Amino acid sequence: MAEAQNIPAGSTTTGSIAVAAESTVATRMSAPPSYDVADFPVPHGREEEWRFTPLARLKGLHDGTAVTEGGVLVSVETPAGATQETVDRDDPRVGRAGTPVDRVAAQAYTSFEKASVVTVPKDTQLTEPIRIDVQGQGGTAFKHHVIELGAFAEAVVVMDHTGDATFAANVDYLLGDGAKLTVVSVQDWADTAVHAGQHNALIGRDASFKSVVVTFGGDLVRLHPRVTYAAPGGEAELYGLYFTEAGQHHEHRLMVDHDTPNCRSHVTYKGALQGDDAHAVWIGDVLIQAAATGTDTYELNRNLVLTDGARVDSVPNLEIETGEIVGAGHASATGRFDDEQLFYLMARGIPAEEARRLVVRGFFAELIQQIGLPDVEERLMAKIEAELEAAAA
Amino acid sequence: MATLEIHDLHVSVEAENGPREILKGVDLTVKQGETHAIMGPNGSGKSTLAYSLAGHPKYTITGGTVTLDGEDVLEMSVDERARAGVFLAMQYPVEVPGVSVSNFLRTSATAVRGEAPKLRLWVKEVKEAMERLSMDPAFAERNVNEGFSGGEKKRHEILQLELLKPKIAILDETDSGLDVDALRTVSEGVNRVRESGEVGTLLITHYTRILRYIKPDHVHVFAAGRIVESGGAELADKLEAEGYEEYTKGGATL
Repeated sequence: MAEAQNIPAGSTTTGSIAVAAESTVATRMSAPPSYDVADFPVPHGREEEWRFTPLARLKGLHDGTAVTEGGVLVSVETPAGATQETVDRDDPRVGRAGTPVDRVAAQAYTSFEKASVVTVPKDTQLTEPIRIDVQGQGGTAFKHHVIELGAFAEAVVVMDHTGDATFAANVDYLLGDGAKLTVVSVQDWADTAVHAGQHNALIGRDASFKSVVVTFGGDLVRLHPRVTYAAPGGEAELYGLYFTEAGQHHEHRLMVDHDTPNCRSHVTYKGALQGDDAHAVWIGDVLIQAAATGTDTYELNRNLVLTDGARVDSVPNLEIETGEIVGAGHASATGRFDDEQLFYLMARGIPAEEARRLVVRGFFAELIQQIGLPDVEERLMAKIEAELEAAAA
Repeated sequence: MATLEIHDLHVSVEAENGPREILKGVDLTVKQGETHAIMGPNGSGKSTLAYSLAGHPKYTITGGTVTLDGEDVLEMSVDERARAGVFLAMQYPVEVPGVSVSNFLRTSATAVRGEAPKLRLWVKEVKEAMERLSMDPAFAERNVNEGFSGGEKKRHEILQLELLKPKIAILDETDSGLDVDALRTVSEGVNRVRESGEVGTLLITHYTRILRYIKPDHVHVFAAGRIVESGGAELADKLEAEGYEEYTKGGATL
């Protein structure tokens, strides 16, 4: 039985559940997925998929005027047991996990020179994370990364993005049968950076994929975390955390495509916003196709608006084409940290700045505790503390 | 001995057509160990007095003084007042999503006491205080006031009163919305704090019901923004019998 829940508490929180033959996920794209940028019209901003994004701030990634220049320094550190290689775009692993769904992702696919492939052979359990560091040098760059896990392999990938760049990049995660992959992608860019791209996971039989997307920095970050299942029994947990400050645009557009029986997905994204023109966008599309009996899915987005002048657009969207499922639901709520809450905490002796920190820390701790990787959890809490310090200063 | 002195307090709020005066010269002295009941009809300004003393930004002080042991309370920020020993148990405490009760209580106690309480002792202190108020231990892990029933909110307010041990406790309609059992439990909590002899209590209420459980030393009738009559506990009996009519229809409404 499908059950669904939608709790709009903010001004712009909307949600829908469609039980229909016609897929609105497909119809609201301006062009079918394609690896070729020429297949996508240049967006003008009124398309459903672009209407929240300030195109002028994409620095030409959307209209072909951004060209490789200067670029980024990428370092890939592979622990014993994993290998890294550089391949051409005709390598069969490149692009296998998913096809670009918008013009910027297609631009990245069309424009990268060489792709990096990290492979963890079957039955190999890495004890150290694979580290991918992307350091912006002020230029424009297009990249493609592939992480492939063989059957029953286990790995953790930590991707860090820092510095200033205009950066379009796609990442493919290929999980063999029974593989376990945890990916942490931290967008800790300088305030001027632009980052767009697609993170595709293709999940093998009984494999588990856990993604943690953390966006703090950048002028504009727009990411598409997407999941598809290659065989039954797969599981995806998608966590996201964003801290959007004055003038920043953070957009996360998720898609979980259940087209295979007996798979699970669980999405939790939480964001805090403060300052004038802080803008966060969360789109959570889950599609349960007719073949995907036994699906169990839930998606949740929570936003905490700390000051006036910030804006959240949260759009959960669940489409169900079969009733033979374990469960399906979604919830979205946007709350404010308002003067009354501040008064309440201060009336108990807690200074204003400490009160704000208490609320934000608590809000994110709930999410971070679910990650299950002590190293990552500690680092994120420390990062949030640093953000709060910086915001207070 | 701690003393709260309110002298000729005038308070306004912003209304559609300019500031509107709600408190029109309140005089009241509350000493440690004393319990004062402030009773009055709806709209008389009782809650405005409570929130003005705590420093809610909605209220503008236009005249008068409030001192705690000679210190100017009106000059203090909201958190400074709390740390100085003024506690307001609110009628409608707000939800604070993401902040657990246990985290909130510890942060608050740390702020008010000036140092973090020793963890082991603190856990025991909270546990015992919750038991006395018949609160489920699981309560500590819930978010502050989120999804609390009316009774749970009031117990949570009194839990804070017991843990923070203020010099002056202002209870704003703590009895409203409580059934008899909850009223008794909450009143017992207030009485435990009073019995310490270290708190001056300002009990604001519309009904005499709570005064069966919490015996006041002084009763003040509040009408049209000021205290219009003061007496001992017997004044509450008179209000119980006769209501507020005398005060709302007479010259006191001016």
